[in-house]
Amino acid sequence: MTPNLHLWLIPVLPLVGAVINGFFGKKFSRQTVAAVALLFSGAAFALVLSVAFRFSSLVRPHSETLATWIRAGSFQADFAFYLDQLSLVMLLVVTGVGFLIHIYSVGYMWEEGGFYRFFAYLNLFMFFMLTLVLASNYLLMFIGWEGVGLASYLLIGFWFTKDSAASAGKKAFIVNRVGDFGFLIALFLLIKHFGSLNFDQVAQSIRPLSPEIGGAGLLNAIGLLLMVGAAGKSAQIPLYVWLPDAMEGPTPVSALIHAATMVTAGVYMVARSHVIFERAPMALTVVAIVGTLTALFAATIGVTQTDIKKVLAYSTVSQLGYMFIACGVGAFSAAIFHLMTHAFFKGLLFLAAGSVIHAVSGEQDMRQMGGLRTKIPWTFWTMTIGTFAIAGIPPFAGFFSKDEILWQAYQASWVFWAIGLFTAFLTSFYMFRLWFLTFFGEYRGTAENAHADSASPDHGHNHGHGHGHGGIHESPRAMVIPLVVLAVLSIIGGWIGVPGSLGGSNRFAKFLGPVFHASAPTLPAEHPAEVAPSEKKTEGAEAQGRHGNELLFTAISVLAGLIGLGLAWLLYDRNPQLPQQIAASLGRFYGAVVHKYYVDELYAALFVKPLIAGSTLILWHGIDRDVIDAGLDNSAHGANQVSDSIRHMQSGNLRSYAGWVAAGAAVVIAYMVWMGAR
Amino acid sequence: MVPISYYLILSGILFACGVTGFLIKRNIITIFMSIELMLNGVNLSFVAFAAQWHALSGQVFVFFVMVVAAAEAAVGLAIIISVYRTRETLNVDQVDLLKL
Amino acid sequence: MLHLILFLAFGAVCVAGAVNLLAQRHPINSALSLVVVMGSLAVVYLLLGAEFVAAVQVIVYAGAIMVLFVFVIMLLNAGEEERTKGSKVALLFGVPGMLVGSILIGWVLLARGGGRSVPVGALPGTPKVIGWLLFHDFLLPFEVTSILVLIAIMGAVVLASHPDTEQGKKEG
Repeated sequence: MTPNLHLWLIPVLPLVGAVINGFFGKKFSRQTVAAVALLFSGAAFALVLSVAFRFSSLVRPHSETLATWIRAGSFQADFAFYLDQLSLVMLLVVTGVGFLIHIYSVGYMWEEGGFYRFFAYLNLFMFFMLTLVLASNYLLMFIGWEGVGLASYLLIGFWFTKDSAASAGKKAFIVNRVGDFGFLIALFLLIKHFGSLNFDQVAQSIRPLSPEIGGAGLLNAIGLLLMVGAAGKSAQIPLYVWLPDAMEGPTPVSALIHAATMVTAGVYMVARSHVIFERAPMALTVVAIVGTLTALFAATIGVTQTDIKKVLAYSTVSQLGYMFIACGVGAFSAAIFHLMTHAFFKGLLFLAAGSVIHAVSGEQDMRQMGGLRTKIPWTFWTMTIGTFAIAGIPPFAGFFSKDEILWQAYQASWVFWAIGLFTAFLTSFYMFRLWFLTFFGEYRGTAENAHADSASPDHGHNHGHGHGHGGIHESPRAMVIPLVVLAVLSIIGGWIGVPGSLGGSNRFAKFLGPVFHASAPTLPAEHPAEVAPSEKKTEGAEAQGRHGNELLFTAISVLAGLIGLGLAWLLYDRNPQLPQQIAASLGRFYGAVVHKYYVDELYAALFVKPLIAGSTLILWHGIDRDVIDAGLDNSAHGANQVSDSIRHMQSGNLRSYAGWVAAGAAVVIAYMVWMGAR
Repeated sequence: MVPISYYLILSGILFACGVTGFLIKRNIITIFMSIELMLNGVNLSFVAFAAQWHALSGQVFVFFVMVVAAAEAAVGLAIIISVYRTRETLNVDQVDLLKL
Repeated sequence: MLHLILFLAFGAVCVAGAVNLLAQRHPINSALSLVVVMGSLAVVYLLLGAEFVAAVQVIVYAGAIMVLFVFVIMLLNAGEEERTKGSKVALLFGVPGMLVGSILIGWVLLARGGGRSVPVGALPGTPKVIGWLLFHDFLLPFEVTSILVLIAIMGAVVLASHPDTEQGKKEG
């Protein structure tokens, strides 16, 4: 008898918190709002922990149906929840990191207006994300998918009185929708051909099918469309443009939604659909190529950005590209591993960046920072850990996951590996650039930023701090504690995935193994680029030789990270005027990169402007104004005219009335006579 | 021996004259008198039909018509008097305040 | 034969009076023409044998109602009609309409029935018989019309009384 874990409580608890804070929060005190928010998200986290403890005793996968939703003929979709290793990992990440960020937000947003609104939205986001992760069919997942997009819009545009924030929210939502369109069509195809959207049923229907090596085919189509959806949500080319703009939102939002959880929904969805992708090699290749290009592309832009949050944003896009590379070569568990470690260190980096911004009263331009390491030590050390983690320096978390991906990528094609390696170098470079610019050297900011008195003009981050000690100050405990926790996780988080070559047993991949291997196609692995190479290959008889190779590649990637560190030190600590000269010598090319390759302008010209013009001309002027409004106006006008002409009958003249009566009587008499004569 | 239809034609002519008077005349009392003319025409046709169908109730009805005509004349003339008092005119074309 | 001559004679008088009513410009002349019409109509009623009706016609109509009309004309000092802007509708639609209606009815009457002739005094309408009908079969309408007359009297008095004498006083 499968035990009832009440999985539905996990998403519903944050929803309750959102409802309470949303409807009544305005009247609560800040403490109450914070307490409610923390209580419900904490409760969800506690519930997930208890489920995790009982996990080994469960039959996997474990599903629970809450209620019937759609029964239409042979199609059925229910409010049902699905728990297997993959969703458990995601649950732990989402609720754990989410809870930490809730705590952080209490400190970060304490001085802000709309406190209750923020936490209501944050809890709402948790509800949708957990629904997405726990869903047992694509339709419920789609609800979560759309819902997190909504929450993202609400939170990006949190300071909605600011034009740029409102536009950024809109941009995020609209670009997401483009991706969702692809997702929806994939769902339609699934319904049409497999009659169900339930993960288990779809997997059952697809399992007996053989991979479509030829290229075209139903599964390839579904895979590509799912990829479109994932590209929208997880900010891959060409739908990544919303993520840098999303930095208009408060920093905890950027940490939670645009680093740790929402953007990883795409990766999760691809991993969930691995049954389809394993049999659609063309789609998988596209996934890998998109991931590779995105990783490189975003990393090059990240090198040139001066806003601390924008650097991290492009870094997120780049790291998501890594996850997609992993998926694209069939190493799904490596992708999820990187997802998890990325949640730790990117979340940490964003929260620490928030702490830095908080310390310098809202300034976000790194050129105005510098020398902060002595003034905000906790932030400095935690951010240092995060930076080392993302650069892939052992023994921090990022090293293991990134290395795993690079190794798996090499199995598929050396091109992926080479570009991935170069991107790793770039990642290390720009992250350490950030590190040096922010914490080392002399403080370059203006005096008023150092005194925490002025309200910063950007981001509405009004720091009327009130506490008299001016100057750059460390953040309150509520903000520092999550930083510390995440830093610890960034150190030890990778240790559950130590690969065999380094002496570990890659417990993480083993844990996720049953999810991904149960449905691997039965074709032998002749073409590594087309069929998922299972991680088991790295162990076994060829272990020694493979291990040797793997160690070599590991060493190379660590070297790349260190070269990045060295170059950053050279350019930003030793010779600070060097970057200017290099930029000048690169001239136009550098200008293009700084302007993000003018992609936004390209989209504006290709899509936005024609759409706006079309809407204005056709929809607004043509239909709304000239047809609908005109129709109403004209009918009103017509009624007016008719009554205007008829009113002359009401002349007040007795004789004309009599005349009308006589004429009418004549008509009636004529009619009666005619009737009688028939 | 006069066929009933002659009576009816006479009644019709009287009625038509009444209607014409109503339409043509401008003095409100004259218009009123045309109404009385119409009623008389109708009375004649009642009596003629009573004679045709041998039903005395036709004649009884004439009685009622006359009563009503009397009442109507009384009230109508009272109204005319009030209108004359307020509008100072008996010309029906000049009493057109109800025009739109 | 005599019947026919009498009928034609008095019918002609009737029609002449009616036309004169239309033709005269002074209302008093129209009123007197109307009296002529009513008188001749009474004779026509006699020809049809409706004696009571004829008597009542003379007494009530010609004797009371027309007197009332003449009173009012004198009271209001109605003068000759002036030429004022008429109503186009009345002339354009009303008169032709009326003509069409009458012609149609006339045609119906002539073409269909009513060809029967009745002798003079065909249906004697003696007071006794009329009274019997009035107080037996038509009792209710009779009583109702008496109330109607009462109301008409009250209404006429109220409407015609001088405005300054109407303050708070209810004549009834």
